[in-house]
Amino acid sequence: MRDASPATTYALHIGVIALLFALNFVLPDYHQGLFARIMALAVFAMGYNLLFGYVGLLSLGHAMFFSAGLYGAGLTVYHLGWGVPEAFIAGIACGALLALVIGLLALRTSGVAFMIVTMMFAQVFYLLILYFAAWTGGDQGLVIQQASRVVSIGAASFDLTDPTVRYMSALALFAVVLLITLAIVRSRFGRVLVAIRENEERTKMLGYDTVANKLVAVVASGAICAASGAAYALLFGYVGSSFASIQYSILPLLWVLLGGAATTLGPLIGTLFMYYVTDITSGFTSAYLLIVGVALILLVLFFPKGVLGSIRERWLGWLP
Amino acid sequence: MADKNGFFDLSKTTLSRRTALKGIAAGAGLALAPGFVRYSQAQSSAPIKIGFQSHRTGIGAAYGRWYEKTSAAAVKAINDAGGIGGRKVELVIEDDGTDPARGAEVVNKFAKQHKTDIVFGTLFSHVVIGSAPAAGENKIPYFVVSEGHHVASTKLNRYVFQPGITDVKSQIQSMAPWIAANAGKKVTQIFPDFAFGYDHRDYLPPALKAQGGDVIAQIAIPPTESSFTKYFPQIPAETEVIYHVMVGPAVLTFVKELGEFYGSQRPQLFGFIDSLEAVDINSPGLEFLDGSHFWEGSPRYAQPDDSAAQKAYRAAVGIDDNGAAVGDPKDVSTAAHMFGCWETLYVVKKAMEDAGYKGPEDRAKLVEATEALKEFAEGPEHPQGPKTFNGKIHQCFGIQNISKVEGGKLKVVHKTKIEDGLYEAEGDYTTQAL
Repeated sequence: MRDASPATTYALHIGVIALLFALNFVLPDYHQGLFARIMALAVFAMGYNLLFGYVGLLSLGHAMFFSAGLYGAGLTVYHLGWGVPEAFIAGIACGALLALVIGLLALRTSGVAFMIVTMMFAQVFYLLILYFAAWTGGDQGLVIQQASRVVSIGAASFDLTDPTVRYMSALALFAVVLLITLAIVRSRFGRVLVAIRENEERTKMLGYDTVANKLVAVVASGAICAASGAAYALLFGYVGSSFASIQYSILPLLWVLLGGAATTLGPLIGTLFMYYVTDITSGFTSAYLLIVGVALILLVLFFPKGVLGSIRERWLGWLP
Repeated sequence: MADKNGFFDLSKTTLSRRTALKGIAAGAGLALAPGFVRYSQAQSSAPIKIGFQSHRTGIGAAYGRWYEKTSAAAVKAINDAGGIGGRKVELVIEDDGTDPARGAEVVNKFAKQHKTDIVFGTLFSHVVIGSAPAAGENKIPYFVVSEGHHVASTKLNRYVFQPGITDVKSQIQSMAPWIAANAGKKVTQIFPDFAFGYDHRDYLPPALKAQGGDVIAQIAIPPTESSFTKYFPQIPAETEVIYHVMVGPAVLTFVKELGEFYGSQRPQLFGFIDSLEAVDINSPGLEFLDGSHFWEGSPRYAQPDDSAAQKAYRAAVGIDDNGAAVGDPKDVSTAAHMFGCWETLYVVKKAMEDAGYKGPEDRAKLVEATEALKEFAEGPEHPQGPKTFNGKIHQCFGIQNISKVEGGKLKVVHKTKIEDGLYEAEGDYTTQAL
C-alpha cells in the first residue's frame, strides 16, 4: 500500500460525507429512508471490518455486539424510560463490555477455532434473548414508541422519526465512525493490527503485545457494532431477536467482502450494494436471493478483494 | 384533397389555425404530463392501491402463498361488484422475506415509492411488530392478518389494525370452556419455547381455572429440538388432556414420537391447527392424531352445514372440499387463517366507503372510520362468521371452531360464542394523536 498525503486521504473521506449530506436533499423520500438505514448498518460493517479486515480475525458472532447495542439502548428506553442520549451510551457500553469479556475468552483461540467460539457465544446470546422473553419480547421483539425517540437539547428537540433528522443522525454516526476508523488505521496502533494480520509471530518478536492489541481491537470493533445497533433501535424503533441471529453475523462479513476488506469505505459500498440489489430484484422475482447469490459469485470472480480492494490493487494504491 | 364541406378548412371556421395549434399543444402537454393526469384521476377513477406485504420467502412462505391467493380472490370479488366507492382496487405486492427489518423497509416502500393507500396482509408477529413503527411514522393504515395479540395489547400504534381475524389470546380463552367440559380438567401443555408458545403458556391457565380446570404441567421445547421423546416422561401421569401447539417441520416427528410413547392408551389430545397448516392431515406419522381435537379459525374441510357464503368463499379462493387447491390435492391451504385476508379487505372497503376516502390525504379519516366499526355480520363479506370489533384496541372477535380428526378429515364438533373470547381492553389507541 502506498501512502497518500493525509490531506488527500481526509479530503476523500470528507468528500464522501459531504456527498451523503447533499444526497439528503435530492434523494426521493423512499431512498432517503433507505440510505439512513444503510448508513446505520454500514457502521456495523465498519466495526466488523476493523477486526476482520485489519486484524484478520474472522468472527462469526458479531450479531451479538450489534444486538448488545440494540438491546442496551432499546431496553433502557422501554423499561427504564431513559432518554435517547443515555440509552445510546448504554448501548455502546453494553457492546464494549460484552466485547471485552468475549475477547478475553475467544482470543485464546485463532483461525477456525475463533470463528466457532464467536459463533457459539453469539448463539448463547441469541438464546438468552429468547429465554428472557419477558423483558426482551423474545422472538417477536419490542416497539420503541415514537414519543420515546425524541432528543431534547436545551430548548430544541429533535424527533428521530422525522426523515431528515433520522438521515442526519445516521450520517453523523457514520461520519464520526468513519473518521475514527480512518484515524485508527493510520495510527501506530492500526499499523500494529495490520502487522498482526500479516505475521503475528514476527510482530510478537518485534516486542508488541499482540494479545493486548487484539483485545483492544475486539473491544473497539464491538463498541462500534454496538453503536450501530443502538442507533438502529433508536432510529427505527424496533428491537428484535432476529438481529441477534446467525444471519446478522454473516451479513457484515458479506458487506465487508463485497466492498473490500481492510478499506475504510468498503463497508459502505458493500452495504449499499447488497441493500439495493435486494431491493430492486425483489420487485421482479421471489427468487431474488438467487440473483443476490449470482451477483456475489460474479463479484468474487472479478473483484476477489471486493470493490474497493480491487480498485486499490489495480489503480489507487493509496486508498486506506 | 378538396373538402367541399369545409370540414378541414380551418380558415372557414371560427377555430383559427393558431387556436388549433394551441389546442394540439395543450393536448400533447396533457398526454405527456402523467403527474397531472394521475392527479386528476386520483380524485375520480384511479384504482385504490393496497400494498400487500407478503411472506413470499422465508419461514412464512407457505402462508404467504395462500394469503396472496385469498387476497387476489377478494380483490377480484370486490372489483367485480364495483370496487371501493366506485374505484377499482389494485394489489401491489412486495416480499418481506418474513424478516422484520425488511418488513419495515417494505412498509416505507409502499408509503413513499408505490404510494399505496394502505398496507395490508402481514401474518408473522415479529414482522408485524418490526413494521409497525414504519406504519406509524408514515401515518399509513396497516391492516394485519396475524392473529397475534400484539395489536390488541395496544403496544403498537394507532395506524395498526387487525379487523379480520381474532387474536390468539381470545382464541385460547374461548377454547377453555370446551376443554374443561369435554376433554378433561387436568391439562399438560407442550409448546415451543418462543413467543407463539408463550401466548398459550400465559393465556390458557387463567382461562382454564375460570372453568374449574387446571394446567398441571407446562413443557417448553426449545425451537432447535428435533427429537421429543426425552420430554414425554415429564408429562404427569394424572394428565387428562395434552394441549400441544408445536409448529414447524418437527411437528410430524413430535406426533410420531408421542404416538410411540403412549401407544393406544393416551390422554385426550387438543391442539391448534397452526401446527399443521398447509400440511395434509393424512401425512404418514400423523395417524396418532385420529380422534384428537384441534382449534380451527375457519374449517379446512367443507362441513355439511356450511353456509352459502362459506361455499361461495371456498369456490372463489379455489379450495376443494378437503381444503386443498382445486386440481392439486397435495397443495393444502392455510384455511384456518387465510379467510382473515378476505374479511380484512371487506372491512377496508366498508371503512373507506364510510370515510368517503379519496386518497392518502384521507388516511386519518380512514383510521377513525375503522375505529368506529362495531360489528360484522356473517355473510359473503365475512364467511367465517359474525364478529364484533373493538375500535379502542383495533381488534375483532369472532367465533372459533373445535374440530375432531375423524376418518382422515377434520369435522367441526363445536363452535364457540363470541362472548367466550372477550377480555378486558388493555389500553386505548384512540387516545393517541393521529
